[in-house]
Amino acid sequence: MMGRTIFIDPGRCIGCQACVSACRECDSHRGKSMIHLDYTDEGRSVASLPTVCMHCEDPVAPCAEVCPADAILVTVDGVVQQADTTRCIGCANCVNACPFGVPKIDLQAKLQMKCNLCYDRTAYGLAPMCATVCPTGALFYGTVEELQAERPGVQVADTFTFGRSEVRTGVAMVVPADRVQWPVPGGLPVVEINGKDVRR
Amino acid sequence: MTADPRAADPGTTESRAAGSRTAVPLDPSLAPPGTRAFRDAGGIPADRWHADQDGETLVPTHCCFCGVQCGMYLRVDRGGKVFGVEPRNHDINRMRLCPKGINAYQQVNHPDRLTAPLLRRSRDEDFREVSWDEALDFTVAEIKRIQQRYGNDAFGLLGGASLFSEKTYLVGKFARVALKSRHVDYNGRLCMVSAAGANKLAFGIDRAGNPFSDILLTDCLLIAGSNVGECFPVMTQYVWGARDRGASLIVVDPRETAIARTADIHVALKPGTDSAFFNSVLNMVIEEGLTDEAYLATHATGWEEVKAKVAEYPPSRAAEICGIPVEQITQVARAFARAPKAMAWHARGIEHHSQGVENCLSVINLCTATGHIGRPGAGYGTITGQGNGQGGREHGQKADLLPGGRSIMNEEHRRQICEIWGIEESELPPAGTSMMEMVWQMQRREIRGLIGICNNPFVSLPNYGVVKEGYDAMEFHAQFDFFLSETAANAHVVFPVTTWAEDEGVMANAEARVVKHNKAQDPPSGVRTDTWVMCELARRLGAGDKFAFADSRAVFDELRTASAGTVNDYYGITYERLEETGGIAWPCPATDHPGTPRLFEDGRTYHPDGKIHMQAVEWHPPMDPYDDAYPMSLTTGRTVAHFLSGNQTRRLGALVEQTPRPWAELHPSHGFRNGEPVRVVTRRGSEVFPALVTEAIRPDTVFVPYHWPVPTAANALTIDALDPRSKIPEYKVCACRIEHAEKIDDVPAPPVAPGQVSYPETQVSRTDPLPPTAPQGRGTSERS
Repeated sequence: MMGRTIFIDPGRCIGCQACVSACRECDSHRGKSMIHLDYTDEGRSVASLPTVCMHCEDPVAPCAEVCPADAILVTVDGVVQQADTTRCIGCANCVNACPFGVPKIDLQAKLQMKCNLCYDRTAYGLAPMCATVCPTGALFYGTVEELQAERPGVQVADTFTFGRSEVRTGVAMVVPADRVQWPVPGGLPVVEINGKDVRR
Repeated sequence: MTADPRAADPGTTESRAAGSRTAVPLDPSLAPPGTRAFRDAGGIPADRWHADQDGETLVPTHCCFCGVQCGMYLRVDRGGKVFGVEPRNHDINRMRLCPKGINAYQQVNHPDRLTAPLLRRSRDEDFREVSWDEALDFTVAEIKRIQQRYGNDAFGLLGGASLFSEKTYLVGKFARVALKSRHVDYNGRLCMVSAAGANKLAFGIDRAGNPFSDILLTDCLLIAGSNVGECFPVMTQYVWGARDRGASLIVVDPRETAIARTADIHVALKPGTDSAFFNSVLNMVIEEGLTDEAYLATHATGWEEVKAKVAEYPPSRAAEICGIPVEQITQVARAFARAPKAMAWHARGIEHHSQGVENCLSVINLCTATGHIGRPGAGYGTITGQGNGQGGREHGQKADLLPGGRSIMNEEHRRQICEIWGIEESELPPAGTSMMEMVWQMQRREIRGLIGICNNPFVSLPNYGVVKEGYDAMEFHAQFDFFLSETAANAHVVFPVTTWAEDEGVMANAEARVVKHNKAQDPPSGVRTDTWVMCELARRLGAGDKFAFADSRAVFDELRTASAGTVNDYYGITYERLEETGGIAWPCPATDHPGTPRLFEDGRTYHPDGKIHMQAVEWHPPMDPYDDAYPMSLTTGRTVAHFLSGNQTRRLGALVEQTPRPWAELHPSHGFRNGEPVRVVTRRGSEVFPALVTEAIRPDTVFVPYHWPVPTAANALTIDALDPRSKIPEYKVCACRIEHAEKIDDVPAPPVAPGQVSYPETQVSRTDPLPPTAPQGRGTSERS
């Protein structure tokens, strides 16, 4: 986990999409939002959670690992940048490799885009735009100590399993204090393949 | 990197958070930019965060939308145009914003802006752009013609609660001094007058008792009839903050909203049964011996009557009325009464009823009986819907009120205001009628001419058929707006006026904290401020000497004087103080007075005897009876991406994309599939929406958000029954049934002025046949 990073707390999310709008306002990807807002319990409750890039640390970001053009660069402090426009070939390897489903492809422009932790803001000591505006603190930017000072007893996790692979991330997730599982089982059950419902 | 002197500097984050000007010297050798140590040490101080080389400036102001009144900076480019938003560390919101606030700036230079007065002499013609002189002269000629022929009261004025307080003051003064008509009211009549009436009856003062920050101190938070997560998202930080500190959370709402989802107790009662529930909770509090008798003896009157009345509401009876498990009533009673400090907040959910005042009184009774009033973390509050919902009703815009919250029926009050206005008491008209009643009078041809300012009744009033009929019967109708609203599209004259970013003025938020909005850019050419238009009309009506206001500041000075010595005392509030402090809560009687964030701390209310006047409350069924043909309840409300009638938000691409259309939310037990067309039928009409099937709503209830015009308007279905005291319409409950339908009605594009092309980005997914399940996060129980 990086020192100053984003913490995602699904329990606080109200699905208002302020982060989605804020991400669009940020200067680094020209009016496109890089946040995914997911509804985790559709039809039963309004539960939702925002997903930003998790800025994976170990193994080095899967998206960067599979990039054939070396377009995805990782900065010294662990921020996984969006694809370098001069290198990206729009092949979508990174989209397939990301266990969190983060990167987006602009097929027309043949470019990958994703969250890069608002580098233009964090370099100046400001929080990323999404975590700045989030009305509920579902997206929190700071150190783990700052988070725990604000929310006593909060537990966070930064290691997730996907099948047999384990991924340690720079962005951390708040987990229920009474049910801490380490590492956190990542991903969702497969619901459909090629449009066919495979749940039954 | 412990060698870094800044890492050990406790002031670093503090000073950054406060946006102070103490720049931390950067030592590149210690922590070069681009390294983790650099970022952890705080990077470059925030006060250096300026795009100075672009000539960009940040103008501090507040959001134009809801009653939270979040602070924000508007980004202004070198050409003096607003082009973006930047979070602002203001006491109320601490950098946070909701999607409406983030996108609000897009109104300012939107292609749909009206930039010239529009006029037509009859509704058969098309609008044409005319000069200001022609529009003003035509309007004045029509006012004079109608008033000479039918009397002064045949011309009405409807204001709005999104106007700055200065403008609301002008609306009231303009109606009574320039038009000399008794018919003036405002759209806050649809917003929270029930709470206003209850507060006045119980406390003698009309505002929330505690600031938002008190929520962080409470041990038990009761939220009734308020979808805080969607309608006041930034207030959620206080709710979660209370929860972080171990407070219990009780939510009363027929839907399992975002804040109800994780509440300790979610009371999903049947719409229209709130006062039965709260009476029963109080019954249980008495039963368990949890009342604060000492407090009641010294601070309240009417306790015996209340006690006798709530005895008629044992939990068994209330549980049946409300359709909830009987044990919930005891749970709520214990949680609320046993908490050392408890708070109750409510909003439209319990106010939009034909018994709205009673509902609010029943909550006040509960707070009073348990002694939870006027202490840090203990109290009672109502969340205003509109940005100036609080200030909008304080300065004489309401049919029965004069500036400073004075009553128009009170001889003494009338005399005071006539002295300030320089008119004879005989010239001051009597009380008028409420907004919905005015529409009925239009139907009956008792009101023949109308000016509407900052409102859109075609979407926001109930029973659209009646509203349309009333407005169509007008011989003359003028609207002030900056977009051509559905109502303006039906008018004879439309005056293009400023947005909130093009003028300065004050608003009072839900905590009665007065905040100042600053001017970020000059209005587009051809656009004038509402203040200018009203003063100019007054001048042409021959009352120019009483409307010699150059700008908002001049109006505010008169408003301060007019409110001096009243309960709603603004006298000590000045623009300079507001800019320094970031907001002052009224009453503030002197320029060195700090304001009154929390009421009743000295144990006295604003009644002459200083006590809380408790009122016994009787529950009655809603006005629209259920029967075999209409067995279900229709309830309406808001969604996070849109605001009230949607005139300000249905044109902003991001918000339209987030929530392009309304839906009918219903329980899976009705056998509808997600996205299927469902016809919602009431006694007023029927409309077709895509179904949004979710278990997060009661099986006997259908919910439709109301921000859209016909044929997708929830308000074509709602009933225009009013609360007898506050005259608020019963939006939140009417009898309905649902049927299968063939085709979903498309959302009509917002109207635009002649010659303008409707903004294409607002058309995103407008005709998408599937319901926008994901944007509401209230998705499907089966994948369609």
